[in-house]
This record gives sequence, structure tokens and C-alpha cells, in this order.
Amino acid sequence: MNTTAFHHIRAIAKRELGSFFGSPVAYVFLVIFLLLTGFFTFTVGAFFERGEAGLASFFTWHPWLYLVLVPAVGMRLWAEERRAGTLELLLTMPINPWEAIVAKFLASWIFLGIALLLTFPVVLTVNWLGSPDNGQIFAGYLGSFFLAGAYLAITSMTSALTRNQVVAFIVSVVLCLFLILAGFSPVTDMLTRWASPALIDTVAAFSVMTHFEGFQRGVVDSRDLLFFVSIIAFALFATATILRNRRAG
Amino acid sequence: MIQIEHLTKSFGQRRVVDDLSFSVERGEVLGFLGPNGAGKSTAMRMITGFLPASAGRIRIGGHDIADAPLAAKRLMGYLPESAASYPDMTVNGFLLFIAELRGLAGDAKKRAVHRVVERCFLDSVLYQSIETLSKGYRHRTCLAQSLIHDPEVLIMDEPTDGLDPNQKHEVRNLIREMGKTKAVIFSTHILEEVDAACTRAMIIDRGRMVANGTPASLKAMSQSAGRVTLQVTGPEVTAVQAACATLAEASAVEAVGGKVRVSPKDKTAGAALARALMELAAREHWQVAELHAEEGHLDEVFRKLTVSDTVRA
Ligand SMILES: Nc1ncnc2c1ncn2[C@@H]1O[C@H](COP(=O)(O)OP(=O)(O)OP(=O)(O)O)[C@@H](O)[C@H]1O
Ligand SMILES: [Mg+2]
Repeated sequence: MNTTAFHHIRAIAKRELGSFFGSPVAYVFLVIFLLLTGFFTFTVGAFFERGEAGLASFFTWHPWLYLVLVPAVGMRLWAEERRAGTLELLLTMPINPWEAIVAKFLASWIFLGIALLLTFPVVLTVNWLGSPDNGQIFAGYLGSFFLAGAYLAITSMTSALTRNQVVAFIVSVVLCLFLILAGFSPVTDMLTRWASPALIDTVAAFSVMTHFEGFQRGVVDSRDLLFFVSIIAFALFATATILRNRRAG
Repeated sequence: MIQIEHLTKSFGQRRVVDDLSFSVERGEVLGFLGPNGAGKSTAMRMITGFLPASAGRIRIGGHDIADAPLAAKRLMGYLPESAASYPDMTVNGFLLFIAELRGLAGDAKKRAVHRVVERCFLDSVLYQSIETLSKGYRHRTCLAQSLIHDPEVLIMDEPTDGLDPNQKHEVRNLIREMGKTKAVIFSTHILEEVDAACTRAMIIDRGRMVANGTPASLKAMSQSAGRVTLQVTGPEVTAVQAACATLAEASAVEAVGGKVRVSPKDKTAGAALARALMELAAREHWQVAELHAEEGHLDEVFRKLTVSDTVRA
């Protein structure tokens, strides 16, 4: 990457993060995220009753938690720029549009990463209670981070479509829900009655569930990583295309 | 510096900008005039590379905006119609951010921000967040943004909109001064600004150019251009009217409330008509109380050339 591109990305990402943390939204989000992860892990996930030293009950809920929380973070990405008219300013600067797209995506992803890192007390707790496989926990975190990135890139895409954040939010949730359900076992089990196993496997291959599973078990498979990276790349590419074709509106 | 050839933009079936061709060189200030919805902002959005053109070519300093957008954008400063900026930033933070995107760093960046803050009188609000600024200050912040890299080409969409009379005056001075060394296009609904700041003006109506020329030549297109009003004490108005009608330079003479209004045959020859009337008065030994030639009125020309919504409806 050449240095001017780097400078542009850094400037935009810095601005974006500044505006995140300058508003109460960031803190509200962090609190809600931590409360919900705690609630799901310890109450719904029956963390203590399981009697095992691991974070399975913690990571299982992430695809569902992110389903609502990630679109909430990403919905403003482009919708807000469009509504406020700053899109016109940004896109008449001597920068490549992809630099802005990557920068804004990275800033939000970093924010989500920070939220995820703040769940560290859970890791401390299991280590205090027993002796878990910390490699497995690390893999879980890595998978969770990429999962959040995939949802975020999809939200970036839908956010570029509209000036209305609510519309961006809803469409993102629906798209992400599809990515979950395509490989969610209660759904795939039901489908076996109508569809051939080969078809179901093909559809499930597009599901984040299928690819997040490995990470939860502590396996970092390059194919799973590639899956998430492809979703991010594709969605960001789509963002660029949408921005190019839907200027002005 | 700015070369526009056959620029056209359609939204769906509707042509909003229709075959505009013109160029602006360094040292020129072009005023964009036209009724609401004429396509001024759309044209500017295409020139600055925000909207792609449906047809035609735009070159900035020789760089085609479609083929070499970055090189073209680097030369341009742009004040959008919305004068948008990031509400959660401070004025200082916003200007530093724009400077960074413009490729400035370190000392050069600080100097650039300092320069435009002074230019646009933003000292007092430098560390205030933009959302708490008054409309005029927000507008000035965005104006400052457009000047930060001292661009060779300036595109400003209604730069004096929302400013107080003092600031309007300052901004006009600024535009005139910038116009000495840069190529400037700005749009406005205030016709006096054409006189105050433009070297050339263009009237656009429903996307088409209907007039393009120096402010003086546009004014000469008005009905009243070159008309001379004469008031004398002594003789009857009708007698003066009859005497004036004999002049070779006069085409029509009318009496209005004790004064005589003489229209010239040639609209640009108002001065010659005034001279002829002066000589006539001397010959006839009239006591001249008032004699003045009109330059013409831009608003008259504007109304004549453009079809406003009210007329259309
Ligand atoms: N994105 C768009 N989609 C459809 N129509 C548009 C779009 N943007 C502008 N228009 C139409 O194009 C026409 C010209 O708009 P434009 O904003 O260029 O006018 P203007 O000359 O700047 O007017 P004003 O003096 O009010 O600023 C208007 O009729 C407007 O409705
Ligand atoms: Mg406009």
C-alpha cells in the first residue's frame, strides 16, 4: 500500500473513531454488549452448571448477539454521510473512494474489537475456576472478531444504499440472519425432508455458523478464515459499487 | 483551467443539465445564475467529480475528471450547497482533518489551517463543536475548508448564502481577490454579486445556457439599457419630448411624470445619446435638472431569459 493511501485511511479512521467515542452511543453500546454477553454466558448458557473449563457457552451466543449489535454500530457508516451531505465533501476530496470505505470499515471493526477485548473478565474467570485450553479460547476470539467483521461489512453495504439508518439496520439484520440460518442446525435438519443433502451442504457452506464452529472448537482453519475474509471483501466491494452508482440521491 | 464541453446530465428521463460548454481561465470569476432547479448545483457536482456526467467532458487544468479524478480534484476547492461538515467535530479538528485528506502534514498543515481561519474569521469559534455553531459560522467553516490547500480552481455553490451583510461583503471581496490568480465559479441568487465579484456571468435556465457574457454586456440586454432620463425646468414636457424625438440617436421618447425618457436606437450607445441630449439642451437653453443614462438591470434580463416556476404553472 502506498503511503498517501495509508495517510488517508488513517485520517478517516481516526475521525471516525473520534466521533464514535465522542458520542454516548459508543459507551451505551459497550455497556449493553458486556451486559448481554454476561447474561447469555452465565444465565442462558448455564456457564457454571456445565462444569467445564471453557468458553463454549460464551461464544455460542455471539452470532445471535452480533445479529443486532453489529448492524447497530454499522448502520450510520454511510447512511449518515449521505443524510448530512458530507458524502459530497468526502468524495470530492482527492482520495480514492475505496480508501474511505476501508477506513470507515476498519474504524468500526476496531471499535467492535475493543468491545470484544473488554470481555476479558470471562477469560480470567475460567482460568481462575479451572484450567481451560487458552489456545481454544484465543481461536474463539479470533473467530468472533472475524464474524463481527463479516456482519459489519454487510452493514456497510446496506448503509451505502440508503440515507435512512433504520432501513440500513433492518436490511442488515435480515441479511445476517440469512447467513446464520443457512447453516443453523434446527433449520438445516428441517430442510433435509425436502432438499437433497448436497444442496443443503452447499447452502450451509455460505453460513457463518458452519465456519464459526471450527473456531469455537479451537481449530483455526484457513478455509474458514478465507470465508470470512471473502465476505468482507465482497461486501466492501459492493459498497464501492453502490456508492458509485447511487451518488447524489 | 476549467474546460467544459457538451456537459449533460439526466436523472431518469429528465434532462437537468443540457449541453453546457464553456471554459474559465485563471484570473476569471464566472457567476452562475439561474432560477431554482435550473441545474446549477448539478453542474457543479459534475465539475467537482461528485456526480458522473451523462455525457460531455470536463477538464480541470488539463486533467479529465472521469479519467484522472485525483489529479483534477487536487486542483479544486469545493464549497457544496449544503455547506456540510461533521457536526461532532470542532472547527479546528475539522479543518485539520480536511488538510490531512488534502495531503498536508506537520507544519504545512498547521499553517494552512491558521491561514484559512484568519481568512474566514473563525478565530472565536476555533475550539467549538460545529453542531453548536450558528448557520453563518457553519457556512464559513465549510468555506474555509475549500480554501485550505490554496487551490487553483474554486467551485462555490452559493457562497454567501446565510451570511450577514458584513460577511457577504467579505466573501465577495475574497472571491474577487481569489479571482485575480485562480479560476473561480460560483453560483448565486443575488444579482448584485455579479457586479461586485464576477468578470463574467452565465444564466442557466432548465439546464441550458441562455446568456453568457460580461456583467455589462448582460445588462445591455435589458429593456432599459442605455435609456436616458431628462428633466428640465421651463418648457412644457410635450415640447421637450418633441425636440428629443428629432435626435438621430433616439428611437422612442416618452413622458413620465414631468420627465422625458429617451430610448436609444443602439442599446450600447447610451452615453452617445446622453451627450446628444446635453447638446440639445444647450442649444435650446434648457435648464437641466436631471440627466442620467441607465446601465440596464440584470434582474430584468434574468426575468426575460428564464421561465420561473410561477410562470410555468
Ligand atoms: N439526485 C437527483 N435525482 C433526481 N433529480 C435530481 C437530483 N438532483 C437534482 N435533481 C433535479 O435536478 C434539477 C436541478 O437541480 P439543482 O440542484 O442543480 O438546481 P439549482 O440550479 O442548484 O437550484 P437552486 O437554485 O434551488 O439551488 C432539479 O429539478 C432537481 O429536482
Ligand atoms: Mg443549487
